[in-house]
Amino acid sequence: MTNQALIEVDDVTKAFPAQEGGTFTVLDHVDLRLEDGEILAILGKSGSGKSTLLRCIAGLIAPSEGTIRYRGAELAGANPGVGMVFQTFGLMPWLDVRENVELGLRARGVARAERTARAEELIDVIGLSGFENAYPRELSGGMRQRVGFARALVTQPDALLMDEPFSALDVLTAENLRTEIVRLWSEPDFPTKSICIVTHNIEEAVLLADRVVVLGSNPGRVRHETRIDLARPRERRSEAFGAYVDELYAVLTGQPVDPAAPATSPASNPLPQASVGGMAGLVSLVAGGPNGGDLADLAASLKFEVDDLLPLVDGATMLGLLHVDAGQAQVTDDGLAWVRSDIDEGKRLFGRLAAQRAPLVHAICAALDSSDEGTLRLDFFRDLLRRSFTREALEEQLATAIDWGRHGELFDLEPDGEVLSRG
Amino acid sequence: MTLITPTGRAARPTDRTGGVLADLCILIVAAALLWGLVQMGQRASAPASMAAAQGTLDTNPWLLPGYTGQSLVRMFAALAASVVFTFVYATAAARSRRLGAVLIPLLDVLQSVPVLGFLSVTVTFWIALFPGSRMGLECASVFAIFTSQAWNMTFALHDSMIAQKQDLVESARLLRLTRWQRFWTLDLPGGMIPLTWNAMMSFGGGWFFLTASEAISVNGHSYVLPGIGSYVAAASQQRQLGRLCLAIAVMLVTVWLLNAVVWSPLLTWAQKFRLGDTGSSENSRSVVLDLLRRSHLAALATALGRSLSEVFDTLTRPFGAGTGWPAAARPRRRVGDIVCAAAIAVPCVWGALAMVGTVQAGPGLGEFGRAFALGLATLGRVVAVIVLGTLIWVPVGAVIGMNTRLRTIAQPIVQMLASFPANFLFPFVTLLLVRHHWSLNWGGIVLMALGSQWYILFNVIAAASAMPADLREAATSLGLPRALRWRTLILPAIFPAWVTGALTAAGGAWNASIVAEVVSYGDTTLRATGLGAYVADATAAGDFPRVLVGVLVMCVYVVGLNRLVWRPLGALANRRFSIA
Repeated sequence: MTNQALIEVDDVTKAFPAQEGGTFTVLDHVDLRLEDGEILAILGKSGSGKSTLLRCIAGLIAPSEGTIRYRGAELAGANPGVGMVFQTFGLMPWLDVRENVELGLRARGVARAERTARAEELIDVIGLSGFENAYPRELSGGMRQRVGFARALVTQPDALLMDEPFSALDVLTAENLRTEIVRLWSEPDFPTKSICIVTHNIEEAVLLADRVVVLGSNPGRVRHETRIDLARPRERRSEAFGAYVDELYAVLTGQPVDPAAPATSPASNPLPQASVGGMAGLVSLVAGGPNGGDLADLAASLKFEVDDLLPLVDGATMLGLLHVDAGQAQVTDDGLAWVRSDIDEGKRLFGRLAAQRAPLVHAICAALDSSDEGTLRLDFFRDLLRRSFTREALEEQLATAIDWGRHGELFDLEPDGEVLSRG
Repeated sequence: MTLITPTGRAARPTDRTGGVLADLCILIVAAALLWGLVQMGQRASAPASMAAAQGTLDTNPWLLPGYTGQSLVRMFAALAASVVFTFVYATAAARSRRLGAVLIPLLDVLQSVPVLGFLSVTVTFWIALFPGSRMGLECASVFAIFTSQAWNMTFALHDSMIAQKQDLVESARLLRLTRWQRFWTLDLPGGMIPLTWNAMMSFGGGWFFLTASEAISVNGHSYVLPGIGSYVAAASQQRQLGRLCLAIAVMLVTVWLLNAVVWSPLLTWAQKFRLGDTGSSENSRSVVLDLLRRSHLAALATALGRSLSEVFDTLTRPFGAGTGWPAAARPRRRVGDIVCAAAIAVPCVWGALAMVGTVQAGPGLGEFGRAFALGLATLGRVVAVIVLGTLIWVPVGAVIGMNTRLRTIAQPIVQMLASFPANFLFPFVTLLLVRHHWSLNWGGIVLMALGSQWYILFNVIAAASAMPADLREAATSLGLPRALRWRTLILPAIFPAWVTGALTAAGGAWNASIVAEVVSYGDTTLRATGLGAYVADATAAGDFPRVLVGVLVMCVYVVGLNRLVWRPLGALANRRFSIA
C-alpha cells in the first residue's frame, strides 16, 4: 500500500452472540478505507450492519475478527481521532449547550479559559450563539443536532463520524443542516477533513458523499461502490444526480437472494418487517400510479425514504404481489386480485400466498399441521430460530409471521400470547 | 439560520427581585440551625459516657425539641452514609462484571434481612469499637437506620446505571471522559430522580428504625440514647399519655417540615435531571426552592460547584478514562472467574460451617425447626396484614386516585402517614389491648399493619391516578355497570402497582414483627407467639445463637416468599396488566 488511509477497516467480521449458543453475523469480512479529505457514505437497509460498522470504526465495539487502524495504529478502544454525531443526538440533558460542547475539552484536561474560548468560537460557527445557556430539551431537533455537531467538532478530530444524523429531523431542517455542514467542511481552514456518514437515505448519500459504499444485508458485506463525480454544491434536479440515485436504488431494491444460500429457510430468508396494511397500500399505489412503479419516484412523491418503503417492497416481493426489476415495480396478477377482492377473499388469497412463499409462515403451518392437537408453544419456534437471530430480531420475525398468518387465517395466537393454534 | 425559535429560557429564574429578602430569610434559618447544632454539641459532649445511656430519659416536654434535634442528626448521618455507600456499591456493581455478579445478589439478600434482628449483633460490635463511650450506641443507631435506607437507594442508582441510553454512553466514551467525569456527568445525573425519590421514601421508613434503636434491650442491658424515639419509649414506660401525644405532634410537625424544607425542594430540583423531552414538569413547585434560587446563595453555590468539579477533574485524572472496549467484548478470562468465585465461596462455606457449629453447640439444630414453626404464626399475621390492607385500601386508594380534587387533598396526608413512624402509636394500641385483655396474637396484626399498610394505599393511588383517561372514557361510554367497571378496568389497571405495594408492605410487616410481637406499656408486657417475639427475646437475653437462628429463618421466609409469590405475580403484572 503506497499511502496510508486515515482509517482502515481490514477484513472485519462482527458477530454477536445469538440467543443461545450460536452467533449472529452482522458484518462479514468487510474492507473499507476512509481517506484524508473525503466524505464517505455507507448506505444500506436496516439490518445491514451499517451502524455496527460505524461503531467499529469509532472504536466503540471490538470487531470479532480483523483489525481497524487509525493512522496505521490498531484500535483497542475508543478511536482517538474521531468525533461522532448520533441520530438521537446523545446530549446530556442536564448540561446546557455550553457545558455539552465543552465536555470533550474537559475530558482532555483543557484549561477553563481556553475551553470557554474554543467552545464559544464553535458555538458561533455552528449557529448556536445566544443559546449557550439553554438546555437541550428547550431546543428544537435541528438546534440539538447543531449542538451535537459542535460537541463532536470542538476537539478538532481528523474525522467526523455521523450515524443517520439527519433522520430524526424534519425535511427542511435536515436539508438546511446538511448544506451548512458541507459548507463548513469545504472551508480551507476547517480542521476536520474527513467525514463518514451512515445513512439509509439514497439522496442524502449522493448529495454529500465523494464515495458511496452499499452494504448488503444478512450478513453485511460491501456489495457496491460508486464514486460520485459531481461538483458541489450539488443540484438534486440535475440529470446526473438522478442517474446516481437510480443506480443506487436499483442496487438496493434489486438485491437478489444471496446466491450462496441454500433453499429458502426461515433463517436464510427472514421476513421483512412489513405490515399487511402497509403492503396493501403499496400494491394499490403501484397498481394505480400514473408512472407505473418507479420506486424512487414513488418514494420521493410520498416524501419517504428507502428504509420506510423497502420492507414493504421486500414483503410484497416475497409474497409475489409485486415484481421488482432495476427499481421498477410491477403488480402481479395475484397482487391485482388481492387488492381488488373483498375482505374474506383477500384474506384467503393472502393466507395461501403467505403459506407458500413466506418461509417462516410456511414452517409454522407445517409444524402445526403435524402436531397432534394443532397447538404449539411459541418457545418451540424460538428454539428453532435462536441460532440464526439475535433476541430482538427473533421476536420481530415471530411477530411478523404471526401478523401475516393471523391475517391469512392460517393460525391464531391463544390469549396468553404464548401458544399458536391452527386456524 | 432559519429555525431560531424562542425557547423556554424565561423558565429559568434569572430575575432576582426580592433577592435580598430571600437572602435574609436564608440567613435567619441558617443562624437558627447553627445555634441548634452548637446547643446540641454542648449537650452531647457533656454526658457522653455509657453510664448516662443506661438510665432512663427525662420526659420533660421542654427537652423534646433538643431530643428531636439529636434524632435528626442521627437520621441525616445515616442518610449521608447511605449516599456514600450507594455511590461506591452501585458503581462497582454496574462497572465490573465480576463484582456485579456477586454484589447484586448479595444486595437482594441484604434487602430481605430483617434489620432489627441484627441490632443485638451490631450494638455489641459498635460498643466494642468505642469502649466506654456513647459513640458506640450512636453508631449502632445510625447503622440500623442506614441498613433500612441504603439497599433501596443502591438498587435505584444501579438500575438507572445499567439502563443508560446507548447514545449517552457512547458519547461519554468517544469524548474520552475520565472515570470520575463519567460518574459525575452521566451516571449520577442519570440516576438522580430515582435516587432522590428512593432517598425520600427510605428516609421516611428510617424513622421506624430510629425509634426502635434509640431505646433497646440488648444482652440484658437497656440502653437509652436521648432522642424523640427514646422519649416515646420512656413516656410509654412511665404511662404518660399526654406526653406521648405531644411527641406524636412534634413528630408530625417534623415530618411536615422536612418535607417542605428538604424533600420537596430536592425533588423539584431533581427534575432538572429528567431524560425525557417533556416541556415542563407537572405540579412540581417548591416555595423553598424558589426562595433558594432567588437568593444570591444560588449563584454562589453554582460558582463554588464549578470550581470544585474542576479540582476533582484534576485530582481524579490519574484514575484514567473508560475508553477501552467494554468487558463483554473481550474474551472472558476463565481462570480469573474461577479464582474470583473461589475467593468468595471459600469464606462463605467456612462461615456457614462455623455458624452451624455455633448453633449446634448452643441450642442445637432442632432450634431451626422450632423457629420455622414460629415463623408460620408470623407468616399468618403478615398474610392477614396484606389481605386486610388490600381489602380496605385498594377501593379507597382507587377512588382517591381517580378523583383529582380528592387526590390533591389526600396525597400529602398519605405521604406524611407513610413516613410517620408506626411505633409511636404502639403504646396506644398496647394500652387498648391491656385494658380489654385482648391477646397480642391478634393485636400484633394491627401493630404490624400500622406501619406497612400505607405502601399499598400509596401505590394504588399512584396507579389509579395514572390510569389513561381514554380507557375511563371508554368504560363510561360503554355504560359498564359498576361491578364490571371494577373488574375489567380498575382492578387490572392497578394490579401492577398493588404487587409493588404489597411486596413492600410484606417486607415491612416481617421487619415490624420483631418489635410488634413483644410490646409493653408501663410495667405490663404482652407477648405473642411468633418468630418476631423469638428474635426479640433472644436479642434482649443476648442469646446470640438463637438470634442467628431466628434471623436466618426469617430471611428464608422473606426470600422464599419473594421468589415463590411476589416475583411470579410481578411477572404476571408485567406481561398481562402493564399499561404501555
